[in-house]
Amino acid sequence: MGEARLAVDIGGTFTDLVLETPRGTQELKLLTTPEAPERAVLEGASAILAAAGCAPGEVALVVHGTTLATNALIERKGAPTALLTTEGFRDSVEMAYEHRFEQYDLSMQRPEPLVPRDLRLGVRERIAADGSVLLALDEDGLRATARGLRARGIVAVAVCFLHSFTNAAHERRAGEILAEEMPDATITLSCEVAPEIREYERASTTIANAYVLPLMGRYLAALEDGLKAAGMGCPLLMMMSSGGVTTVDTAKRFPVRLVESGPAGGAILAQAVAAENGLDQVLAFDMGGTTAKLTLIDALEFQRSRSFEVARAYRFIQGSGLPVRIPVIELVEIGAGGGSIARVDALGRILVGPDSAGSVPGPACYGRGGVQPTVTDADAALGRLDPSRFAGGSIGLDVARAEAAVGGAIAAPLGLAPRQGAVGIAEIVDETMANAARVHAVENGKDTAGRAMIAFGGAAPLHAARLAAKLGIAKVVVPVGAGVGSAHGFLRAPIAYEVVRSRHMRLDGFDAAMLNALFAEMRAEAEAVVRMGAPEAALTETRTGFMRYRGQGHEIAVALPARAFEPDDAAALRSAFEASYTALFGRVIPRLEVEAMTFALSLSAARALPGRVPDPPPRAAPAATGTRDVTDPATGATEPAAVFERTALAPGMALPGPALIVEDGTTTVVPRGVSARINALHQIVLEAAT
Amino acid sequence: MNTDIRYQVMWNRLLSVVEEQARTLVRTAFSTSAREAGDISAGVFDLDGQMLAQAVTGTPGHVNSMARSVVHFIREFPVHTMKPGDHYITNDPWKGTGHLYDLVVTSPAFHDGKLVALFSSTTHLVDIGGVGQSAEGKQVFHEGLFIPLIPLAREGVVDETVMRIIRANVREPVQVEGDVFALMACNETGERRLSAMMAEHGLAELDALGDYIITRSRAGMTAAIQKLPKGTWKSHMRIDGVTDPIDLHATVTIAEDHIAVDYAGTSAAVPFGINCPLCYTEAYTAFGVKCLVGAEIPNNAGTLDAVLVTAPEGSIVNAPFPFPVTARSTMGHMLPDVVYGALDQAIPGRVPAEGTSNLWNLKLGAGPGYTGPTGPAFMVTSFHSGGTGARPNLDGLSATPFPSGVRNVPVEVTEAITPLVIWKKELREGSGGAGRFRGGLGQVIEVGRRDGEPFGIFATFERVKHPARGRAGGENGARGRLSLASGAELKPKGFHVVPAGERLVVEMPGGGGYGDPADRDSAAAQRDTALGYTRE
Repeated sequence: MGEARLAVDIGGTFTDLVLETPRGTQELKLLTTPEAPERAVLEGASAILAAAGCAPGEVALVVHGTTLATNALIERKGAPTALLTTEGFRDSVEMAYEHRFEQYDLSMQRPEPLVPRDLRLGVRERIAADGSVLLALDEDGLRATARGLRARGIVAVAVCFLHSFTNAAHERRAGEILAEEMPDATITLSCEVAPEIREYERASTTIANAYVLPLMGRYLAALEDGLKAAGMGCPLLMMMSSGGVTTVDTAKRFPVRLVESGPAGGAILAQAVAAENGLDQVLAFDMGGTTAKLTLIDALEFQRSRSFEVARAYRFIQGSGLPVRIPVIELVEIGAGGGSIARVDALGRILVGPDSAGSVPGPACYGRGGVQPTVTDADAALGRLDPSRFAGGSIGLDVARAEAAVGGAIAAPLGLAPRQGAVGIAEIVDETMANAARVHAVENGKDTAGRAMIAFGGAAPLHAARLAAKLGIAKVVVPVGAGVGSAHGFLRAPIAYEVVRSRHMRLDGFDAAMLNALFAEMRAEAEAVVRMGAPEAALTETRTGFMRYRGQGHEIAVALPARAFEPDDAAALRSAFEASYTALFGRVIPRLEVEAMTFALSLSAARALPGRVPDPPPRAAPAATGTRDVTDPATGATEPAAVFERTALAPGMALPGPALIVEDGTTTVVPRGVSARINALHQIVLEAAT
Repeated sequence: MNTDIRYQVMWNRLLSVVEEQARTLVRTAFSTSAREAGDISAGVFDLDGQMLAQAVTGTPGHVNSMARSVVHFIREFPVHTMKPGDHYITNDPWKGTGHLYDLVVTSPAFHDGKLVALFSSTTHLVDIGGVGQSAEGKQVFHEGLFIPLIPLAREGVVDETVMRIIRANVREPVQVEGDVFALMACNETGERRLSAMMAEHGLAELDALGDYIITRSRAGMTAAIQKLPKGTWKSHMRIDGVTDPIDLHATVTIAEDHIAVDYAGTSAAVPFGINCPLCYTEAYTAFGVKCLVGAEIPNNAGTLDAVLVTAPEGSIVNAPFPFPVTARSTMGHMLPDVVYGALDQAIPGRVPAEGTSNLWNLKLGAGPGYTGPTGPAFMVTSFHSGGTGARPNLDGLSATPFPSGVRNVPVEVTEAITPLVIWKKELREGSGGAGRFRGGLGQVIEVGRRDGEPFGIFATFERVKHPARGRAGGENGARGRLSLASGAELKPKGFHVVPAGERLVVEMPGGGGYGDPADRDSAAAQRDTALGYTRE
């Protein structure tokens, strides 16, 4: 077996591949084949191997991330699934938070549960908050229910009983009975997929897992077979939303952990770029066709979270999707991308997104029938895009259509010149992203000012410099291969797994023995998973407690020491909690009791981040290949910008704005007052001109 | 850059500034309603007390009320006397946001040493002393500590005398003190963000931007109102009340540039804490109207006067000092339904049917003085809702609040922190009013205590005698019901003890239907039957 490593990222539109061999790196983008997604993977793999002159047997590792699970949830294409709950609670997933997520909209609709009411069935049993049994499990009743489901052809079952995260006995016994009565069904237990307090989120996660499990199982088996048949019998690892990779066997059991793997790959790439550039505080900025994603990275660590919402159906508003409790890299996602549609509202305000023109009909400048102006149309009208180079020349841009759309829908109603309409769109979308970043930072007790930005995704380098200026960010790094950033990230992700358990414990009732037993159990579970992919590697364990002042409604993450706890460790836990609380809120509350609700353990095969790369010696930049008239939204002024091919720029070269650096996947805008230099890794670094 | 676009960008930024102010408060506040329901508000004002921007937060009760409160502060403490680091405070129900539980803090904001704006914020406290969450106070004096408009901090020094008085009067002094500091801190966040914005855009003052925002918003409201038919329409809704039913009367006039709502004819205030100060009546009335007219226009001084609300003094929707007002939401939440009764005559086909509207929060507790000395004492509120009214083209929402914006507390969380067991929490089948579009379903909650000890409920429930009415031929939603599992019915308002070993059964109302049930789409009707939303 050789040293080549292959990363594959299946997105909704494109399947991206990156092949790293000792001889260099290859990238490939091809259309996703939704009816049999493994086909694009296998075709792409053979094409990229051929292009690199690499034999299949040389591939030592394939790392794979996919939006298939996410898309199945969004498009409701999973298996017909049944939910078994504690009797009296079958409607929890329908009542959700008993909340209207949009205050003023009288026509608001909550998403329908994935399991309709007639497939949500109560089981007689009850466990109390302390884990004691109030009502024994009605095994006969459960068997009858299971036989009924079998007769109805149900092959996916989710089980979520109250307080099963404290005492899983009833759920596990129910799992055994279901396995006996429904031998062909796949069964997901809430105590295994998300053993955490809060019944709606736990049930929602359990259902989501059960719903995509049959589909993902079939797909992953087909992919494994296909890769083997193609001569790649090497290990296949799956990218998870947490930023770690895991084995296919684990992915088949917990496919819900695979949602958001693409954005996680992007964040991993940003982390590596931060390390290479010695950047301590970073805002990762990924802007594609439909959305923009922003991630805070401090001291090379992400913000992490255990909750995520899939399929936000209503303008990306929190609460309009299906909650899943899985470990995720925390990012804020907003409906602002190249395809986001701009319009003027009744107040004469320009609004951009979150609705998107998608790829069909796409922005007006694609000439595929789109007439509404989009962010890409504004970029075209501002002169930022080379019509013959967009998307590697595969889409010929029609700038006149862009100008007409922007002029008609935005500039005319406001009495502006067409270019000023484009300025308005660009300014408003950049301001929207800046505001989302600021609010996200303040919610985490952080600031955007003084950070560096790492910009990737097809639209980010067009908007990065202006967004950075709005956020008080002085440095922007545009990595190589920004258009396939997630796949690059996959190859840098550690083999890792995170396990959580809810256990309510007041610090005045601190129980070291309970905690040690709990963490030992979590470590064993995580280690079993990680060892499948990394049998030999040294392992790094991190522990987190989710704690709060008694009476508060939300917990904060508190780093805990990865060692056995002593009976007198309550004080240490309290001071760890107070340190985290102070970092978030700037103060502590004396005399108030502290309690822990949930604990997490993350186990990761040790992986060194790249070291800082020294600056290359200065070299003279080549002559520009031409100029284009570009309008700067910061000033509204139009002036000629020098155009450079990115491939012609070598480490050590620097050039002043206004300039455009053009490549197949994107264009980096260098405004007046900003200079661009190329570092030793061929990354573009934008800084204020000196 | 073009001036118009520049102002638009700065307007967006100002909305972000108050959003950051609000998020800071939500993250640090203590009471359940603040954290879980976003029952807070935050805004920025010019030096005349005109609101320029308000964060979009959980509940509409602060929509206009907080905006008005700043004018009261300025009257008491002229802006030219304000210094950096000053903060002012009140919980006056008539000058703040309607009951003593809501604390308002207003603070001057300086940029380059010059006073440029005021920030104000409100949060719902864990406790304010008095009779606590019970609505059984006969006067506001029973309802807790009353803080008039006073300085809280001068030039960065907090008045320790004020803090001592507050701490001495509430059951949770540490948490309440924490909330006071959270209010000051969030206003300071607003001040810092505003100053940074002004530096970035080279602004020395906010006058021109403020004019732009207010003028644009006013013009937007006027344009929205001009599309409506002009005239005057009346409506009446009878609700349960405490001892006698309460009649709510609204007269709605759509004029050229504003909508006037007058509550003449409405029943008198009662000696039970469900009365509304006018500021709160105004908040929910304006919210209800704005859901139908100008929903997308941000709240500020330009939208404030587009809905003019009047009510006879002494009525339950303009209860004067010292009437009790703790549970003023019980009445305030019913007001959009009354206004909609009139607006439906003006703009038929756009207005939803009546819903539960009143929150069916479970305020449960036990302890000395309430249930006797045995068993662990506890006090808990969990937010729950019945069904909303059917919409003209959609079914109502089941177990969902409207007009309030709260969210529920998970059963597992309630059980983890109290001795309660919730035995059932399910949709209440058949409770939605039939119609071409069906009313939202209520829910049934059955609750007992693990240790078999008694516990109490503080009830402020509506729609038990008078259901949510259907519209346009739709049928009424089911009435609510409060009872013991053994059968005895309990009154929907007041404090009750659930005896040892008993369970409480709470059946929440359904929303009214819209349109003739005979016109219901047959597939929708079949689905209702198959899924058990309706009963045969």
